[in-house]
Amino acid sequence: MAVVSIYNLRMMCPSRPVPVSKMTTAVPGEPFVAFKDVRIGFDQGEVLRGISFEVWAGETKVLLGESGAGKTLIMKLAAGLLHADSGRVWVMGQNIEEMAERDLLDFRRHVGFVFQEGALFDSLTVAENVSFRLREENLSETELDQRVREVLRFVEMEPAIDKYPDELSGGMRRRVSIARALVDRPPLVFYDSPTAGLDPVTSQTIITLILRGRDLQGVTSLLATHRVQDAFGLAHYRFDPAAGRVVALGGNGAGQQGHGGPPTNVLVLREGQIYFEGAADEMLHSSDDYLKKFLASAE
Amino acid sequence: MPARASAALAGGCLLDAPRSGRYASGDPAESPSAGFHTMPESEIATLPSAAGNVLKRMILAVQDYSLLSLQSLVNIFTPPTYWSDTLQQMDIIGVGSLPIIVMASLSIGGVLVLNTASQFQRFGMTDLTGDAVALALVRELGPTIAALLVAGRNASGMASELGSMIVTEQVDAMRALGTDPIRKLMTPRVVATLLMMPLLVAVFDFVGLIGGFAAAYFTLRLGAVQFWTRAIDALEFGDLVQGFTKPIVFAFIVSTIGCFKGLRVKGGTQGVGRATTSAVVISSVMVLVSDLFLAKLLLYIFR
Repeated sequence: MAVVSIYNLRMMCPSRPVPVSKMTTAVPGEPFVAFKDVRIGFDQGEVLRGISFEVWAGETKVLLGESGAGKTLIMKLAAGLLHADSGRVWVMGQNIEEMAERDLLDFRRHVGFVFQEGALFDSLTVAENVSFRLREENLSETELDQRVREVLRFVEMEPAIDKYPDELSGGMRRRVSIARALVDRPPLVFYDSPTAGLDPVTSQTIITLILRGRDLQGVTSLLATHRVQDAFGLAHYRFDPAAGRVVALGGNGAGQQGHGGPPTNVLVLREGQIYFEGAADEMLHSSDDYLKKFLASAE
Repeated sequence: MPARASAALAGGCLLDAPRSGRYASGDPAESPSAGFHTMPESEIATLPSAAGNVLKRMILAVQDYSLLSLQSLVNIFTPPTYWSDTLQQMDIIGVGSLPIIVMASLSIGGVLVLNTASQFQRFGMTDLTGDAVALALVRELGPTIAALLVAGRNASGMASELGSMIVTEQVDAMRALGTDPIRKLMTPRVVATLLMMPLLVAVFDFVGLIGGFAAAYFTLRLGAVQFWTRAIDALEFGDLVQGFTKPIVFAFIVSTIGCFKGLRVKGGTQGVGRATTSAVVISSVMVLVSDLFLAKLLLYIFR
């Protein structure tokens, strides 16, 4: 009886069981991710001041902004890792703000998240890190090993399968983190500054992996970065499975649907609000001084 | 009720970092009525509100700790359960603590005899040595000192390990992968400590008696039969209940405080250091405080 009474405590029970099937796809005609007047603040003050935007199925949305602009906060709010002070966050048809943590845990199994520093579990090997989510699904060891190796081959990290994170370089850890996020082929992936702190060559490698994930698996992505090169890389290139490499999109560099590439749009944050939202090329040709400052950093 | 408390009760995440500035200050203060002031208004308003803020933070911390501890216990009865993690923690906490438990108990048992020997010799009652050592160890010193040793070794380890995971976003990564960190990280540690602590206390008591006997043999020339017969005969059922109820309570205190401090780390690596120290200090003090109440309660029940 004690177990029953404890189990009935409201904080222990899900507020509303959410069918797994509902979590894996967007509702037709509705955005995959939608923020409506979201506000959040901390001791220092309000960080996000009424953020509203949408991400549609198959789209890649790049969040640009200075350090402290709130890019990571938006990612964590979308993944339900933080709760907003006000406003609504909808992801794949679910109102994240109204979901209990227990439901959010089930929901997040269908979402990939790549953290800024990788956030690998340092007491586990690469294989154990990548298979972490799969172990919850009670797969056989053979199938587990097969899927882990498959995704490590995808990020070109199979030789490091038995290594620990502290034996890997920053770029390698980032790649393993991407493998961990993609192992279950989620329909939605959040990349939080995946190229932060990496050299230009390694950053290109990471962007290539993101392109492959986008173009081969058709994931919807939200990518936070302070590097405008990342936005243009995703907007102007695609992964060609036939050629097995990244190729440029269109003669004029436009990376939008008209040239066969998935839509890639940019959202620039400034002082807690959206300063610009549109295609990467619109930003490129903008005469706004603040946007020009961002573009100058890419030169 | 602070907003975060109601959010927690409504199923919010117990791992959400408390945004203290929003709750410590409470509602905006009303404008003070116009009137004379010998001190600036800000100073008059600051002192009681600062005291109030401190009190509110303490109450919020106690509430936070209580919810987290309750959740860690409730998780035992609902799936999924991480038995391999629990076994691993049992090895770390139980087997790993054995060396210090053995060394400490040998010393404590010997010291008990050395300090009491002169008194017993004065009254010519050295044959009571076994009684004194057995009663002191089983009723009090075994559970308490073992708990303090486990607090120093394992509560600090829990706080530092979980704190490091918090500051490197590994706990957030765990949540992002759909795994409940309290269920995966805290519950195995609490369960392992609850299971291992009584066993460690049993080892402490036995090895302590061995240490006591060794000291009695070499200082008092007390025979083995005399010592061990008196030691075993002195113990009653109530003494054993006392001696093995306390470890369960102490185990809960040590493990939950260690995990709580780790999961509430703020301030990077410096915060991890503070949390580690705080976990040891608070769990040690709480062991001693709870020992006082437990001793009184158990003596009342069994006398």
